[in-house]
Order: sequence, then C-alpha cells, then structure tokens
Amino acid sequence: MIERLIQPVSTFAGDIDQLFFGIHMVVGFWFFLVQGMFFYLLFRYRYREGVPTTYVTGKEKHLKKWINIPHILIILCDVGVIFFAVQTWYNVKQNLPEADATIRIVSQQWAWSFVHPGEDGELGTDDDIKTVDELHVQEGMTYHFQLESRDVLHSFSVPVFRLKQDAVPGRVITGWFEPMHTGVYDIQCAEMCGIGHGIMGARIHIESAEDHAAWIASKKGT
Amino acid sequence: MSEPASTHHAHGHGAHDDHHHEENFFLKYFWSTDHKVIGMQYLLTGMFMALFGGFFPYVFRMQLAFPGISVPFYGVVSPTEYNALVTNHGTVMIFWVAMPVLIAAFGNYLIPLMIGADDMVFPRLNRLSYQVFAVSVVVIIASFLVPQGGFGGAWTAYPPLSANPDYNLTPWGSTLWLVAVALEFIAFLIGGINFITTAMNSRAPGMRWSDVPMVVWMICIASILFMASVGPLMAGAVMLAFDQNLGTHFFDPKAGGDPILWQHLFWFFGHPEVYVVLLPATGIVAEVITTFSRKKLFGYKTILYTAIGTGVLSFFVWAHHQFIAGIDPRMANVFTVTTVLISIPIAEMMFLFIATLYGGSIRFKTPMLWALSFIALFMIGGVTGIPLGASGSDIYLHDSYYVIAHFHYTFFPIAIIGSFTALTYWFPKMFGRMMNETLGQVHFWITAIAVNGIFIPLFVLGAAGQHRRIYNYNHFAQLSTPDLQALRILATVSLVILLLAQFLFLFNFFYSMFFGEKASKNPWKGCTLEWTTESPPGHGNWPADQLPTVYRGPYEYGVEGRDEDYWPQNVPN
Amino acid sequence: MHGKPIANTRSATGIPTAKLAVYWLIGSEIVIFGGVLISYLMHRLGHPEWAYDAAHTQTWIGAINTFILLTSSLFAVQAHHFAEKKEGATAARWLYLTALGGGMFLCLKAYEWYGEISHGYTITAAPFWSFYYTAAGIHASHVIAGMIIMLFVAQTAKKNEELHRVENVGLYWHFVDLVWIFLFPLLYIAK
Ligand code: HEA
Ligand code: HEA
Ligand code: CUA
Ligand SMILES: [Cu+2]
Repeated sequence: MIERLIQPVSTFAGDIDQLFFGIHMVVGFWFFLVQGMFFYLLFRYRYREGVPTTYVTGKEKHLKKWINIPHILIILCDVGVIFFAVQTWYNVKQNLPEADATIRIVSQQWAWSFVHPGEDGELGTDDDIKTVDELHVQEGMTYHFQLESRDVLHSFSVPVFRLKQDAVPGRVITGWFEPMHTGVYDIQCAEMCGIGHGIMGARIHIESAEDHAAWIASKKGT
Repeated sequence: MSEPASTHHAHGHGAHDDHHHEENFFLKYFWSTDHKVIGMQYLLTGMFMALFGGFFPYVFRMQLAFPGISVPFYGVVSPTEYNALVTNHGTVMIFWVAMPVLIAAFGNYLIPLMIGADDMVFPRLNRLSYQVFAVSVVVIIASFLVPQGGFGGAWTAYPPLSANPDYNLTPWGSTLWLVAVALEFIAFLIGGINFITTAMNSRAPGMRWSDVPMVVWMICIASILFMASVGPLMAGAVMLAFDQNLGTHFFDPKAGGDPILWQHLFWFFGHPEVYVVLLPATGIVAEVITTFSRKKLFGYKTILYTAIGTGVLSFFVWAHHQFIAGIDPRMANVFTVTTVLISIPIAEMMFLFIATLYGGSIRFKTPMLWALSFIALFMIGGVTGIPLGASGSDIYLHDSYYVIAHFHYTFFPIAIIGSFTALTYWFPKMFGRMMNETLGQVHFWITAIAVNGIFIPLFVLGAAGQHRRIYNYNHFAQLSTPDLQALRILATVSLVILLLAQFLFLFNFFYSMFFGEKASKNPWKGCTLEWTTESPPGHGNWPADQLPTVYRGPYEYGVEGRDEDYWPQNVPN
Repeated sequence: MHGKPIANTRSATGIPTAKLAVYWLIGSEIVIFGGVLISYLMHRLGHPEWAYDAAHTQTWIGAINTFILLTSSLFAVQAHHFAEKKEGATAARWLYLTALGGGMFLCLKAYEWYGEISHGYTITAAPFWSFYYTAAGIHASHVIAGMIIMLFVAQTAKKNEELHRVENVGLYWHFVDLVWIFLFPLLYIAK
C-alpha cells in the first residue's frame, strides 16, 4: 500500500511495505468481520413493536463460543504479526550487514551536516567531504551511518528508505541502508527539536557509480 | 467508624436538616462540597477547555491547508506559534478535557449516585481537588500569555529541548506548562483516592462488587492505573523543573544526564494514561448500550477482567513509543510482543459490547447513537495501533501522520464521543430536563461523518511519509505535491464543518438546560440507582432515611415473567 | 460546616474509610519515590565514577538520622497504643515527641547540607549531588508535611476526638521512615 504513495528506494523498504500490507490484511479482515457483525446485530435487533427483548447473561455455552473462538484466533494472528514484525526489525535495526562505506551524520538546531569518506573510502581522513543539508551516496552500496546530535534530539528520517533513527546528544548511533535507485529525495527531521523543526530538511542524492565518483572528484581539495 | 448501615438514620437525618437554610450563590456553586456541584464544575471547566483544545487545531490545520494565510479569528501562524499550538492542543485535550470530563466530572457525579451514597467519603478533599485543578487551568492559560509565548516542545516535552531555554526559547512557557501539568496530576491524585475509597467503602447495603455499575468500576480502575503510573513522572517533573530552573543536569548528556530517562518516565505514565481515559469511556458506553438495547451486559465479569488485564499489561508496553529513540534495539522485540498482545483483552471487550446487542430491542436515541459510534470508530483507532506496535513497520510510521490518525481515532471517540454519550444520557438527571432529540441527532450525524473526513486523509498522508509537528510542508519537495495538499485541505474543511456543528450542541445544551421538556425520575427506564431519585437529585441525593438498598445487579433488563422489561436494583422483588 | 456524609460512615470492606485512604495515599507515594530511586539506580549503575562524589557524604549524620527517625516511629506506635486505649492526652504527648524527632531530623539535615554546600557540593555540582538533594529534598518535604499533620492530629486527640487519626498519621509516618531506610544506604553507604 505504501509503495503506491511513495517509492521504495532502499533494499529493506520493500520488506517494510510488505509487513505494513500484511498487518493491514490481518487486522482489516477482523475489522470488517467485527463491524459486519456489529451492523448486522444493530439491524436484526432494532426495536420493533411487540417484539420483546431477551434475557441473556453471557454465561450460555452456545453463545460464549462466539467470543471464545475469535479470542483464540486473535492470539494466533498476534503471534503471526509479532513474528514478521520482529523479523523485519531484526533485518533493519539489529543486524548490520558488512559496510562498503561509512558516513557520519551530525544533526543540530536546525541543519544536517554530513561527512562523506571521500576518495579513499575511509572516514576520518583528510579527504573527507563535509556537506550541509545534502547527502551523496552511491546506488547499490551498503552504507553504515554514525548519527550524532550536537544539542537536542533530532531524528534522521528518509521516507523513501522507510528509515528513521533518532539522534541523541552524547551518543553515536550506528545504522545502515543500501540505496537502490538513483534520484534526489527528501530527508526530514522527525523529532520535535524547536522552532526550526519544520524546516529541518535535507536532500539525499543517490547517484550511479560514475556520477558519484565525479561528485567526489569535484569536491577534491575543498 | 464502621457501624452497620442501620444506625445511619439518626445521624444522617440530623446532617440533612442542617441544609434547609438557603446558601448564598457563592457558597452554593463555588465553595460547595456536594459531589454533584463539583462534578458540574469539572464538566463546565472541561467544556470550556474543549473550546481551546478545539480552536487550536482549527488554527494550525488552516495553516497546513493554506500555508501562510492569515487565519480568520487568529492571524498569521509563525513556526513558534505553530509548535505552541500543537503542543498545547495535545496537552489541553488530554489533561484538561478528557481527564476532567470523563473521570472527574462523571466520576464525581455518578459514583455516589450509582452506589447509593449521599456524597463522596471526603467531600472537602473533593473540593480541594477541584480547586487545585482550577489553579492548573489558570496556569496553563497563563503559560501562553507570557513573554516568548507558550511551550512548543510537544506534549511529550522531551529534554534537552524542554529542559533548556537556550534550546526551546520559551523560558516562561515551558516552566509554567510543567507546573500546570504537575498541578493537574495532584488534583487527580486527590480525586482518585476519594473515588476509590468511596466505591470501596460506601456502597449501598446489599450492593456486592458484582452489582456495581460498570462505569463506576471503570472509573476506579482508571484512577488506580493513573495513581500507579503517574508517580515516576511526578518525580521526573521535579527533575525537569530543576533542570529548567536550578541548573541541574538530570536530562542533559553534556553533564552526565540522560535524555532517554525522561522518555522512559514519560511513557511509563503515558501509555497507561491512554487506558486511563479509555476505560471510563467504555464504562459509559456499557451503561448506555445496555439501557437502549434493553439487555443485560454480556459477560459482566469478563468485561471486568479484560479491563484489569488491559490495565496490567499497559505497564509493560511503554517503550513502543521509543522503538527508534536510541534504546537497545533488542528491547524493541520485547515491547512488540507485549504491545501486540494488548489487542487481546481490548478486542474481547469490544466483542462483549457487540454481543450485548444480540437479542435486544435496540432504540436509536441520541445517547445510543453516540455509544454505537464509539465502538465503530474506536475500532479503527485500535486496529491501527497494531502496525505501530509491530516494531518493523513502526520504523517507517513513527512520528508520521499515521500515528496522528491512529490516536485521534482513539482519542476522539473517547474524549469527545464518550463525553457526548455521557452528557446526552445523564443530562436529564443532571439538569432535570430533556435535551432536544432532533437537534441531538443532527449534531450526531454531522459530527460522526465529519470526523472521518478529518482523520482518514491523515492516514493516507502518514503512509505517504508526512511527519508530525511541521508547520509548512513546502520545505519538502516530496510532500508539497498537489495530491497531498488536496488531502490536507479535505481534512481542514471537515474540521471546520465539525466545529460548526458543535454550536448545535452548545445551543441544545444550554437551551435544554433552561427550557427543555421536564424530565421524569427515570426517562430511559434504566436499572441503576441514579434513576431512583429526583431529577436533578437534591442535596444528599436521597432523603436521608430513604437511601436505597440493593437487591440485584445493574443490568436486569428483559427478565422473563415481569411486566416491565427492566428491574431496578433497589426494588425488593 | 457540613456534617459528615453518611457515605463516610459506611464501611463495606470492613476497613475504616480514613485508613483505606491513607493506604491509597501511601501507594501513590511509593511510586513517586520508586521513580526517583529507580532513575538514580539506573544512573548509578551506569556511572561507577559517581562513587567519588558519594564518598563525600557524611555517613555518620545519615546514620544518626536513621536512628532518630526509627525512634520517632516507635513514638508513633506508642501514640497509637494510647489512642486505642482512648487516652487522647497521652497519645497527643507521644505525637509531639514524634514530631520532635522529625524536627531533629530536619535540623541535622540542614546542618549537613550547609556543610556540603559550603564545600561546593551544590545541587548542580555533579549528577550525583543533583540526585542527592532531589531525593532527600522530596523526602524532607514529606517529613515536614507529616509533622504538620501530626500537630493538627495532636490538637484533636488532646480533646479525645477523632482518635482514629492517630493511627493514620502514624501509618504515614512509618512510610516516610521507610523511604529513608531506602535512601540511607543508596545515598550514603554505597560508595
Ligand atoms: C486513548 C488513546 C489510545 C489508545 C486506546 C491506544 C491504543 C493502542 N495504541 Fe496508541 N497511541 C496513542 C493513544 C492511544 N493508543 C497516542 C496519543 C499515541 C501517540 C503519542 C505521541 O507520540 O504523541 C499513540 C501511539 C502509539 C504507538 C507509538 C507510535 C509511534 O510514535 O511510533 C504505538 C506503537 O505501538 C501504539 C500502539 C497502540 C496499540 C497496540 C493500542 C491497542 O490498545 C489497541 C488495541 C485495540 C484493537 C487491536 C482493536 C480491537 C481488536 C479487534 C477488532 C480484533 C482484531 C485485532 C487483531 C487481530 C490484532 N500507539
Ligand atoms: C483527547 C485528545 C485529542 C483530541 C480530542 C484531539 C482532537 C483533534 N485533533 Fe489532536 N492531538 C492530540 C490529542 C487530541 N486531539 C495530541 C496529544 C496531539 C499531539 C500533540 C503533539 O504533537 O505534541 C495532537 C495533535 C494533532 C495534530 C498534529 C499536529 C502536528 O503534528 O503538526 C493534528 C493535525 O491535524 C490534530 C488535529 C485534531 C483535530 C482536527 C481534532 C478535532 O477532533 C477537534 C474537534 C474539537 C472539538 C470537538 C471540541 C469542541 C467541542 C465542544 C466545545 C463541545 C463540548 C465539549 C465536550 C462535551 C467535551 N491534532
Ligand atoms: Cu531536528 Cu526536528
Ligand atoms: Cu502507547
């Protein structure tokens, strides 16, 4: 459902979209079933002249099963939801695949600065490329990011990646992503961080290998 | 202290006679210890605050639909103001509308009447509770009139933003906001202790625990939940206040503090809090659907167990608000399990309410319409909690409008629809007159349709990646497309319609209060005790020598072999 | 003045209403202190270096204060004992003694804090000190509240009225005492 509204651009975006879709199918099924029953009863037992009400306590076995069976089925559905949720979570947040490159993301009121590894592919060397509010990555590479904050909480969110991670001052939080398609997309700050929270955006440029190399070359010496 | 009930006559009578002299207006309405008057005070204050809580979204939704315009009746919305409006909208709606109306107003009004007592056990403590609450109202209103404006760090007030005026730029607003919330908590702690002890100790002779009306149970369970969860946040509020004003660094990582600690303290309270408001609303709904379908509640005890189960579980789910907040990722798995499991007791409760309709004779009067719409709409909010509770999909959905839509589909049914249900149902008892049925139904239909017009577009916007608390989406290329803007406008237009419809209600409310048709003692033919006294009940609720005695459960509708289809609790046979 | 409502004279649970309310009050206070203490413990376990700050607390003052509070709790028990026997005046005297214990506790506390603050260990000096003053400060405010209530209760008890209140205020005092029993090892002994 999500992919109709916004393109999936990271390797795990599809998994999250599927999980979202799957959960909606499960809860949607129950939702319509229960609502259907609800409106049926409302119609069936509406007030009619001369038709008396009945005395039912809820202890009758033949009626109680209408509650107990769904009850057990819902537990089963819950187990399914939990299983797939945890699996996706594990792949996105807990298990970091081997990185091709690492970038550093520093958030502060109200801008993003990004440190790219530059030509040697290593962070923390002289040829690191620093940018503000624009992040350049190469399609098909696995990135690790180290997320920091200089002041308050922020949240690094790239909707097309389905990725979000809060930045906490005093900590460095590591995560990963692998972009799939070239293009330019929004980065947003997703945690209230003060007056400028609403404008704390940036852009992510996903480039092909050549374009990315060209960009790095163009930044040489700056 | 604990003499048997029969000795009450003499004592009670004496107390009653004292009150035949006329009290002056001030004493009667502002210094009263009568639970009914205090309930009314809470109700009117809550409705007054609902005007703020409803006006703010009008202003900020206008800004979202038509960025930069001068909003009629307000003006241009600056980013600072936007944040303050959103923050205080959330805070006011939860703490100054939902809690006072659902718990304090109806708790006060109904508990003594429904358990057959003449008042709360500690009437003066009760008055104190309202007075503290009234002060908190003044403080929260003052908090946006001070220099630099109201607090804008979201109702969750995450530090370091909320802790340090260098970051939030509202030194006054943030402190006053915190003080107001803390005072409100104190008012509800005092009130809650009173509710619980009253319900435990002062039930009418013969009333067993399984004869207590569901709404009384629910308000008491909610009060206990509140009491058990708010403590750590009270402690946290003290620490935050010290951070703001004394220069301590409890939540400031630069000096050894930890901002995540606040999140734990806040959500350890914050999640149970949502059930604190949910449960009273379900209690109200239980009263109304039984009366209007002329049916006994299906599985009284099971409903009770589901409520207690929800309450207990709610203490183990808080970190589902913090999946991506930088906590240990392994914790998310634990909290996903507990969160998703909470669907079980709540689903069961909804099923039991629906099963109550089976075999009934359903009358679609205004209160019943509200109660039914509660069930229908709350379910949307409930099921959309599951994709949020599933850690994997919450990575994407967290802090998006999907969350906003989820919790408005719970909160709107609870706070607004729940209040309307209770108001329309008990109005005859409270004011001795009937509300206008036609106006009530018109108001119902407009409101119930418009609310979907507001929040369904927000689900779509959230799924499309729109984040919360952003005053103008034009800064984000992917969010400023005409399609998405059309959805925003749809939501705003629906809101304006909804707000206009509320004037119908306010008119009906005040008009009927003075000019409505006179109500009998028991206009809906209900079984519970409040319907056995005058409408409105006099001081002491019943003449002191006629306090009711209880012979059976609260929902004996349609018992075979009786002339009437209901069997009031106080009738011997 | 309004007469007591009939509601107040009923007791469906068999527990007197006022006592029941005190239990709920204590319940709601336990979670407040629980919040402070758990927050402190989480930090303390995560920061072994806080021990340097903790080393500057004066264990012996804390110990004397523990002793004072425990003794005053004993006095509260005595007061309850005489209240049961309907000897209001004696009960009131024991309550005064209990309150006196609270007063001594506060005086020592003031002396202790004065010393610490003048050595520069203020509430903002280090996170440990923030917790130290906050936790002990919230506790001290409960001591003060307890004393005030106790003096009021003593006034009525003297006239042999509302003697059940003696037990209730005693319960509250035991609770305040108990909190200190937790605070003392956590703030003073753990070094
Ligand atoms: C009274 C209000 C209320 C209620 C009742 C709920 C109920 C639930 N909420 Fe909600 N929630 C909020 C108010 C509420 N919430 C608020 C205010 C926020 C945002 C706070 C903020 O950040 O500002 C929030 C946010 C929120 C989040 C965090 C989102 C985020 O920020 O990332 C999560 C995640 O787990 C969540 C989950 C749930 C769940 C699982 C329930 C469950 O209790 C729902 C259970 C009910 C049902 C499931 C429906 C009935 C069942 C059926 C019809 C059977 C079929 C179902 C299955 C097969 C599962 N909620
Ligand atoms: C009980 C809780 C509650 C209620 C009822 C509402 C009601 C509404 N809310 Fe709100 N909302 C929150 C709690 C609530 N909200 C919270 C906690 C937040 C998060 C804040 C944050 O991020 O910090 C939020 C945030 C929030 C946002 C997100 C803003 C952002 O992130 O940028 C939006 C956006 O559209 C919104 C809209 C609305 C609308 C249109 C209504 C409408 O339904 C309002 C309609 C108003 C009325 C119906 C009141 C008038 C009625 C009367 C006067 C009649 C008498 C009253 C009684 C009988 C009680 N709300
Ligand atoms: Cu940075 Cu919001
Ligand atoms: Cu929650």
